[in-house]
Amino acid sequence: MTTKLVIGLDGHGSGDRAVEYASGLAKLIGDCELLIVYVVEWSPYSFQTPEENAERHKRREEEITKAHERVVDPAVEKLVQDGHKARGIVRHGDVANTLNDVCVEENAQQIVVGRSSEGGFTKRLFGSSTVNLVLHASVPVTVIG
Amino acid sequence: MHMRFLYRVLLGCAAFLPMVNTAMAQEAMTIDQKVNETFATFTGPFVSLIFAPLPGTSFPWIVLWLVVAATIFTLYFGFVQVRYFTHAISLVKGDYSDPHDAGEVSHFQALATALSGTVGLGNIAGVAVAVGIGGPGATFWMILAGLMGMASKFTECTLGVKYRNEYADGTVSGGPMYYMSKGFKELGLPGGKFLAVLFSIFCILGALGGGNMFQANQAHAQISGIVGDYPGWITGLVFAFVVYIVIVGGVKSIARVTEKVVPFMGILYVGAALVILLVNYDQIGWAFGQIFAGAFTGLGVAGGFVGALIQGFKRAAFSNEAGVGSAAIAHSAVRTKEPITEGFVSLLEPFIDTVVICTMTALVITISGQLIVDPATNLYSLNEAGNAIATIDGNSGVALTSAAFGSSISWFPYVLAIAVILFAFSTMISWSYYGLKAWTYLFGEGKKTEVVFKLIFCVFVVIGAAANLGPVIDFSDAAIFAMAVVNITALYFMMSIVRKELASYSARLKSGEIVKFKH
Repeated sequence: MTTKLVIGLDGHGSGDRAVEYASGLAKLIGDCELLIVYVVEWSPYSFQTPEENAERHKRREEEITKAHERVVDPAVEKLVQDGHKARGIVRHGDVANTLNDVCVEENAQQIVVGRSSEGGFTKRLFGSSTVNLVLHASVPVTVIG
Repeated sequence: MHMRFLYRVLLGCAAFLPMVNTAMAQEAMTIDQKVNETFATFTGPFVSLIFAPLPGTSFPWIVLWLVVAATIFTLYFGFVQVRYFTHAISLVKGDYSDPHDAGEVSHFQALATALSGTVGLGNIAGVAVAVGIGGPGATFWMILAGLMGMASKFTECTLGVKYRNEYADGTVSGGPMYYMSKGFKELGLPGGKFLAVLFSIFCILGALGGGNMFQANQAHAQISGIVGDYPGWITGLVFAFVVYIVIVGGVKSIARVTEKVVPFMGILYVGAALVILLVNYDQIGWAFGQIFAGAFTGLGVAGGFVGALIQGFKRAAFSNEAGVGSAAIAHSAVRTKEPITEGFVSLLEPFIDTVVICTMTALVITISGQLIVDPATNLYSLNEAGNAIATIDGNSGVALTSAAFGSSISWFPYVLAIAVILFAFSTMISWSYYGLKAWTYLFGEGKKTEVVFKLIFCVFVVIGAAANLGPVIDFSDAAIFAMAVVNITALYFMMSIVRKELASYSARLKSGEIVKFKH
């Protein structure tokens, strides 16, 4: 059975190190598929103007395309070049929950993420997505510094 | 960046106000008066037509029109507002939302957006007008109208989503004008296009009236109540400027801040009302007694119980806009496979707006003792003009609500003033969009035509702030009710479509084809 690893990226520096680490891990495992997942932070309970609502579908498509172009596709390409089996997924939602949901859906064995990129007040108030993920994930999580 | 600039401008204006106040008051009064006179003469005939009484009575035909429609929809859909109330809440919670659709407009967001367009001055000033003229009994009719109106809202919002336009770039435009033209064509009926054009014209007037001038007017009343009297056109200019930079300049940050603050203001308002009611819990029973007694006897108000009924129904319709068609524009942004789900969600709107929030305001006003009762007869005393109940300081509209809250929580009028200004602003932003959709329906989509409407909208902010409440409120009501005349006519022809959707959906819900998603 193919082992699946989920790599959560947020477009920051620590993400590259997470990809590198997962690539090394996959080589050791052998039969392994790497899933690059980017989550666009989004809440169904936020407040929007009527105009924003009317344009929401268009914006969502743009967000997905942008995430693929800038973050997910280059990472997938690099992994494929390195001889790995890799796929990219872009989702909307709460970062920690959504990464875990993808993991459950895909039957992945582990999640690899970079160290939190948030800082300051938000982090103190809500905790970072990485911490939330580590606390609530259904599979082991590896955090790369 | 933009916010900082805005603050600077606002501060500048605030510093400038006292000077303008003293130096230009004389001249400005005449500007305000001129605006007022011209406006009243211009809109008079339209207002009289909409509010014409039924022959031989003093009962406006338009009120009967709304009540009959809400009753017919309630019966036709077998009390859908009762049967699907809990289902509507599940939909808003996202129980039935496919996680793979995350990132699209959620049911919650559509409801919140529509609510921020309706919750506002109607709930604060409108209720005070209703209770001030019709007495506490008006509240009973207001609640009844709210409960029945849920069925009207359900009908129009289902159709709004079903017949909206989806463009190649992924944006959507929906609303009564689209279901009128497309739906009538589908049914093989003539006149859909005519109704759509007529509706669009009234929608533009409604956007400029109730969605703009009334808001600007009451916001000015609030600010001048705190900083002292000064000409309305100054508030108008400041407001028009802020509205301009949001809708024309595209400064979304201001709109976004308002959209976030408004719900909190709403919660704060209901919270304050609850605190006042809890402190005076021994009077709640009495207040409800007044509401019920007044509903059928009038308790001495002008026009007796019919007066209470007219006021109740009028203000409920103005506040929750059920049957008016505006909500259908707001709700049509949701991308759902089942248009009827948006109908279910929308029926919560009149409930929250009228049954909960308006009733709170009415109870607080009744309990506060602001309405003067004649101790000899135990009936309400009328004011000097004999057209409304006498109040302690002669207050009406927002000022009456403010005084009622202030009698229990002394600092609350300041919070209320900020709330009113923000509510007014968010309602303006919502209605600028409704008006714009009607405008683009008539004149075509495109940047240039859009800017023309937006500029007209800004001009009316100034006129609204400068004119007196009387003519503004008359015109606002008339324009919004005119929308309801056209919209409800179309709904009668199209309600069978909604019934088919309802039958199909409820069958699939029962058979287990439609199930909740695991989250």
